Formats: sequence, structure tokens, C-alpha cells
Amino acid sequence: MPDIIFQDGSVRQNGWVVVPRSEAGDALDIPDNKSALIPAEVWLEGRQHFAGRDDIGVWFDSHDEPEILADYVHELPLIAVNFPKFSDGRGYSIGRLLRERFGYKNELRAIGDVLLDQLQFMKRCGFDTYELRPDKDIRKAAQSLNFFSQGYQAATDTDLPLFRRRAS
Amino acid sequence: MYVYDEHDRQMMAERVAQFRDQTTRALAGELAEDEFLPLRLQNGLYVQRLAPMLRICVPYGMLRSVQLRRLARITRDYDKGYAHFTTRQNVQLNWPAVEDVPDILAELAEVEMHANQTSGNCIRNTTTDQFAAVQSDELVDPRPYCEIIRQWSTFHPEFAFLPRKFKVAVNASEKTDRAAIRVHDIGLQIVRNEAGEIGFRVHVGGGLGRTPMVAPVIREFLPELDLLTYLEAVLRVYNRYGRRDNKFKARIKILVKALTPEGFAEKVEAEWAHIKDSPSRLTPEAIERVQGYFTEPAYAALNSRADLLAQQRFENREFDQWVKHNVDTHKKTGYAIVSLTMKKTGTPPGDVTDRQLEQIADLADEFSFGEVRVTHQQNVVLADVRQDRLLELWQQIVPMGFGTANLNTLTDIICCPGGDFCALANAKSIPVAESIQRRFDNLDFLYDLGEIDLNISGCMNACGHHHVGTIGVLGVDKKGQEFYQVSLGGSSQHDASIGKILGPSFARDEMPEVISKIVDVYVTKRTEEESFLDTYRRVGIGPFKERVYA
Repeated sequence: MPDIIFQDGSVRQNGWVVVPRSEAGDALDIPDNKSALIPAEVWLEGRQHFAGRDDIGVWFDSHDEPEILADYVHELPLIAVNFPKFSDGRGYSIGRLLRERFGYKNELRAIGDVLLDQLQFMKRCGFDTYELRPDKDIRKAAQSLNFFSQGYQAATDTDLPLFRRRAS
Repeated sequence: MYVYDEHDRQMMAERVAQFRDQTTRALAGELAEDEFLPLRLQNGLYVQRLAPMLRICVPYGMLRSVQLRRLARITRDYDKGYAHFTTRQNVQLNWPAVEDVPDILAELAEVEMHANQTSGNCIRNTTTDQFAAVQSDELVDPRPYCEIIRQWSTFHPEFAFLPRKFKVAVNASEKTDRAAIRVHDIGLQIVRNEAGEIGFRVHVGGGLGRTPMVAPVIREFLPELDLLTYLEAVLRVYNRYGRRDNKFKARIKILVKALTPEGFAEKVEAEWAHIKDSPSRLTPEAIERVQGYFTEPAYAALNSRADLLAQQRFENREFDQWVKHNVDTHKKTGYAIVSLTMKKTGTPPGDVTDRQLEQIADLADEFSFGEVRVTHQQNVVLADVRQDRLLELWQQIVPMGFGTANLNTLTDIICCPGGDFCALANAKSIPVAESIQRRFDNLDFLYDLGEIDLNISGCMNACGHHHVGTIGVLGVDKKGQEFYQVSLGGSSQHDASIGKILGPSFARDEMPEVISKIVDVYVTKRTEEESFLDTYRRVGIGPFKERVYA
């Protein structure tokens, strides 16, 4: 499994497996011995069974509606959002909604077509870990995460837009 | 005009450094072509038919003389000594080398310019009326709101990868709409409510391109402090639900149509309810701070010199015509608004040489407090010229090529770069413009025809705004041959409408004759008071069809 980048640019081993959506009718193949990220709607259906477990998290695809877990995000140790293609920007909105609207506090991870040049946008939208595409140079992640020293807007990382910072 | 503070300067410097790093990695093969693509587009860099093209941002059309001189130097040092004013108040270079672009951006940053988000699927340059703050019928100066939107939209982390490009325009005049707001993704009309408070009427889902649409109103009154949170709600709904499966159906207008304007508005209101009181809500102080950059220049207390001007006009007929057509009334007594036309026959509309850029800079310093405005009609405005110096100014600009007295006439053509430069184009547009300008070289005849917007686009992307031309021309490809489709009756004003296609398309060499026949029908059918558009709206397309295809 590829390593995971943290917000400070440090790199750690990935302990989570992403379990893809199953074909219609097939049971989901959840591994026994590893922490697993399962499709959000599967978790919701089996919530009685999964809630409180620190080895089961969920993932959203870019077209999914994070609203389905609005009331339950605090029960999850990890939520991942898939960027099927780096140019698909829906995941940024999902990240902000999970953090700012539903108050999710635990780890929020970007998975999929995660490249260096989008890391700082992800960070600003509330993602705190990143599964960089394996062909990209993980040593450059720290620089990419901090290219800009500030932003104009409020986002997940700061609720003070520049116009409020200027006033103070 | 807005001036950077340390925050703006720092972010712009970081942006240049970032793009330098990205360019280096792209040239070293660390970034694949498709990975570099949106990064370079969002820094203004296209790869065109013959060479790369760099689109430099001119926020809401405002330029200082020092910036014009820097642009002139850049065209000399990195390009072929000329630049092009675009139909969205920006400036393009046609021949920069990819590896030079970071250096060009660094040179631009020194004079508080950039090429951020001038292309790509992101929020583009916010545009406005070129007569902002100098006309008498506007509620307030729209430019501070444009600047506030510029700052909010710059490097917005959530909206850098939208389904498609996104354009916002702001208008503050009640009578006219020089910003064409109703053919933008978001068009903001500044209005005052019954309580006397300033706000915006919000139009969403207009646009040209393949599926032209006039934007419906989705909110009648948005208080000014709510501007950014509401924009954020519109963009979030679009980012989440706009189509991404088909590039041609990805603009917000398609989403608005699919949901209906009412359905779309409901979604936006629901989203907005969550964020309207967030810290992104503007404060009166934040608006005042930006307004503080757009104060009036040091106007002299002048008396009207109408008498002197009348005398000068009486003595010089050409000057008289120029004043009549290219000079507008200023809100301040003794001042006038001058449009320099970049439409001299034989020069592609909007093209200027390095020397001309410097001349414009000199004119700005000498006659108009060192500032100019670029118009979406590809002309340049000196907004604050003393009435008693108009003659002197006119005598200087005629030899420079800016004095063609054809503003808003048939030969003041809006024209995209077309097949001569653009990789997307189906057909050339510049030679069509030129052949029409040559055909209609009699100014008296042009004046008699009155206001006609002739807009030419080389392809469906509609950079030449052909849909909203009184007469629109669209280049089409038929089995490898270049043909031109004509439409009539478009308008980008408050009464915005999309032109109707006349019929089968024409070969390039037929175009001057076709335009001539169309104009003839108007001349025959008009009543004394009617403009071309009025006559067209009264008689319909039928008589034009009959005459042209007879």
C-alpha cells in the first residue's frame, strides 16, 4: 500500500484498505485483519454493526452526497473522499461540508488521483491526510502543501477571510 | 484604482514561484501533458495553432500607464512587438515561448499584474462597465465589488476545478449595460431596494457558446454584505451538480435550465441558509476599505466649455464627427469620456503594437490621470479628459490610428483572433472583419446607419460574441471549407436577446455583399427614429431573408 502524507508533510505507513463497491448482489469483501474503508452507504446500512469500531471507516466517491452521514460523522474514525480524476473538483466541496457543516473532527483523507499540485487546495478544504498517486515524488509533498503562506478566503483551515484579517 | 498591499504582493509572488516550479517539472517530464494543462491554463497559457498564447488579466479592464509600458516592453522582449485586447477586457500575447512564461509573469507581478485564472475551468476575470464611475446614471461605482470578487475568487480552494469556465460581470447603470451581464454565468445588476439599501439583482445561467442563453433572475435583491456568501452558495451548487460527463453541457446555464431557474434558486437558497452568517459575510468596513481605492481623481473645478467645443466642432467637420461618435458625456462638468478605437481598417480588431501601447500610456498620463479602461468591444477608454483639451487629444490620436470615428457603428467590429491564431477556430475571422471594413469605408453612410454591433466569432465558442451582435457572424467548417453563418437581432443590453440565424452560410468572399444587402433592407424599411435593432424587431427576419437569398 502506498504511504500516506500528513498535513505537516511527514510520511507514514498506510494502515487502511479501501474496499470498493461490490457488484450488484455480491457481498462486500471486508478484510478481517486490517482496517477498512467501506462505501459510505454500506456503513450506513450496517451502522448498528459498525458504529464505534475504530477499524472501519468510510469513503465517498466524488458524485456521492455526504449528507447521508450528516448525523453520524462523529462515529467514524476515518473518512476518505475519492478524486476519480484530479480535475474533478467535487471532492473539495465534500471535504468542506464534512468539516464545516457536519462538524467531522477525525481524519479526512484524499484518495484516488491525488497529485502534488492540488494538495494545498485539499488541505484548505479540510483534508488532513493524502494518498499521493504512487508515481509522484512524495518528498515534494511538504513543499506543495505550503506553497502559499495565506489565502484570500475563509475555508476549513481558517474562518478569517483576508478582509477580516486586514481589519484587525 | 486598487493597489496591492503586502498580502496581495506576497500571494502573487508565491504564485509566480509556484508556476515556475510547475513549468520546470513539466519541461522535465515530471508532469504529464494532461496534468500540466489545467495548471498552465489557470496561469493564462494556451497552446495555440502557431505558438503558445498568454492571456494576461486586466481586472475589470483597469490599467495604469506604468502597466501599459510594462506590457509594451514584454511584447518587445518576449513576443513580436504587439498585443491583442480581448473581448473580456484582457490582453493577449500571441507568440511567447513556454519556458519564458514564468519570467513574463514575474515581470507582470512587478507592476501588480498577473495571468491568474484567465483560462481553465475556474472563476475568470470579473468584468464591468468601461464607463464605471464617470457616467451620471449609475447607482454606485461597480469596481469595488469587482475587486472584492477578484480577491474572493483568486486561488479559491474549493472552486479551482469546476465543471467548466465561470464568468461574472457587474453592472451599475440603470439605463445601459455595457458589461453584457445577462450573457454571463453570473450577472450582477447593482440596485437599490425600497429602503434605499444597495444590493444586487442576481442573474445566473447566461452565456454564449454552443447553447446561447439569456440569464434568468434567481434573486431580485441580494444585500451587498451577502455578496460573497451568496456567490459561494451558487458556486457550490454548480461545483457539485453541474454536468461533468459532457464538456458541451457543463456550463452552469445547462444546470439552471435542467433544474429550472426556480428549482436552481431553491437549491442555492438552501445552501446559502447554512453559510450566510459565516465569517465570509462582508462587513461595511471591508467594502469601505476597497471603495477607498476607487476615489475620484483630482478633478479641477471647471466650467462647461460647451461654447468652445461647439466652435471647434463647427470649424472642423472631422473633429465634429469624432466628438459625436467617440466622446461621451462625463458626470463632471468640463470633462468628457473618450473612446480610442482600435479598429483601423487593415489592423485586426483589438491589436496594438508595443509603440501604440506606449502611446496610450503617454496619453493616459497627459490627459486622463494615468489610467485607461479596456472595453469588451476591444477599444480603450480615457475616462477623464478635459473638454477643453479634446481637440488637442484628437489631433494627437489620429496619426496614432486611434481616432477612427466609428465607435458603435458597423465597422467597430468585435472579432476574435479566429483561424489565423486560434487552435479551436473553424474559420478565420480577421479577414472577414477587414473585408467588411473596406466595403463600408464611407463614414457618412456608417453614421446614417447608426448603432450596429457587428460581432464575428471564428467558432462556436463565441469569443467574438456573435450571438449578441445586431449582426452576428459565425465561422463554420463545411467539409474542410470555411463558411460563415449570419444571425440578426442579438443584443447584450438590458433587453438582451440571442440573434436568430438568417439561413444557409456563405463563402468568405460573399460576406461584404451579404452585409450590404442586410443593411439595405434596414435602410428601406426603417422609420425615422428606428435603429437597426428596432426595425428588425418590428419587421422580423423575413424581409432580410428574402433579400439576401433572392
